[in-house]
Amino acid sequence: VAGFATGAGRPLQGRGGSPGFRFALYFIVSIAIMILDQRFDWLERAHYVMQAATYPIERAVSSPVAAWRWTQKSFATRDSLEAENQRLRNQLRELEVRSMRYDALAQENAALIGLRNSLPPVARRWLAAEIVNIELDSLRQRVLIDRGSSNGVVAGQAVLDDRGVVGQTMHVGPWSAEVILITDPEHALPVQIERTGLRTIAVGAGDSTSLALPYLPANADVHVGDVLVTSGLGGVFPPGYPVAKVTEVHKDAVQPLAHVRAAPFAHLDTDSEVMLIWFRHDTPAAPLKEKRGELISGNREIQPLSVVSKARAARRSPPESPKPVRKAPQAAGARPAAQHKPASPEPSKKPAQAPT
Amino acid sequence: MSSSNPRIAMLKTVVGALVLTLLPLPSWLEIIRPGFLALTVLYWSIAAPRAGGITLGFICGLLLDAFEGPVLGEHALALALLAYLGVREHQRIRSKPIFQQSLIVFAALVIYEFVLFAIDGWSGHALTTPLRWVPTFTGALIWPAAAAILARSYHAQT
Repeated sequence: VAGFATGAGRPLQGRGGSPGFRFALYFIVSIAIMILDQRFDWLERAHYVMQAATYPIERAVSSPVAAWRWTQKSFATRDSLEAENQRLRNQLRELEVRSMRYDALAQENAALIGLRNSLPPVARRWLAAEIVNIELDSLRQRVLIDRGSSNGVVAGQAVLDDRGVVGQTMHVGPWSAEVILITDPEHALPVQIERTGLRTIAVGAGDSTSLALPYLPANADVHVGDVLVTSGLGGVFPPGYPVAKVTEVHKDAVQPLAHVRAAPFAHLDTDSEVMLIWFRHDTPAAPLKEKRGELISGNREIQPLSVVSKARAARRSPPESPKPVRKAPQAAGARPAAQHKPASPEPSKKPAQAPT
Repeated sequence: MSSSNPRIAMLKTVVGALVLTLLPLPSWLEIIRPGFLALTVLYWSIAAPRAGGITLGFICGLLLDAFEGPVLGEHALALALLAYLGVREHQRIRSKPIFQQSLIVFAALVIYEFVLFAIDGWSGHALTTPLRWVPTFTGALIWPAAAAILARSYHAQT
């Protein structure tokens, strides 16, 4: 009989009350913690402290794998290193040429349109981060990276790799941050089909190789092979970054919505390094940001409404004035699924779109 | 037997279970990975209900909450419940042969997983994939081995 400790079978009545009483106590305490965590903000602080406290443990657990990788790397042969070096050099040359061409095109475009300010925002700062090799939750798509608030990382920041969008930061600790991948079932990403400009939302499907586009009508113009890029709505990701390629389109005559799947470009399951980016907010193409119920836009010269008082703005465009959301979506307990909310103020920005 | 001995063994096994929980694995192993911390808490609440018991479950749950789970306090509640079940029925469970114990452990793990499932749903982070129930089966399957290993860790102390 399973070698249970002998002699520990004394009666249970001792200090601390009966098991039932103790369980009731802990039951109430954990319910209270859950409600506090769910409804109020001040446990963010606790999350921060816990991220700091758990980071050394996570590092220690992931160290054997890291050590194995390091050994593999340091015993790599000269030939393979040379080959890699050559490949990287070729790639760099190609990218340099391409970026030169991009600069030229961008300038030409700005000159042609005469709207230098409306160029899409580009990344202002980059930071490479390493993925800590650890299992946070096997059924949810989350990873831990080794950069935190000491590197200037904030919650709700875009994470990319060299091929596409990876995800965004959620809980940020001093030296580490939890990243929710775009394939997590709770993550929703505002995207645009590059070929047609059609905007929709890509939701994670729960495994690291597919995204679902559940909100496309059955008559939408979407084909296998279409490229999805970020649309820039929602304010987390800058517009124009590659996200995924459509792999599967099912249109059923009796279903109002098409069944569309896409495969992300980013190598979500094999990445060991990712990029954190900070992008400029001060361009009109950047999404609006809400502050205390007022919409502060990027460039004030192009946004005459932003200096008008709240009351006048409300009178001028009553049906379109965005309702102040009670809390910013990121502050409300880090639920990135709500990130497409700020899309609503868009019509007030472009009066030409008024439904007349 | 001094009362501090099982506590040291508990601490060691809890740390070991936590490491096993966090260890990166290939994705098919990840899905069948049993809840090592839940098994450890259940074992200690049956084997030494006075030393660890419900407090151990609650603390281990908070520890687990620090690493995973959408809401703080979720695993704390579920593991406290698991420990309570173990402490309440410890004499009945102990006297059973090991295979019947596995069945009881399976039932307890199902309750544990259901609490997590319910809290996930209530907090708006529902995870409805049937894969989440796989660890309850594997947990019950490895219970005989886990109990033997945990018992060794305890007797090595004394």
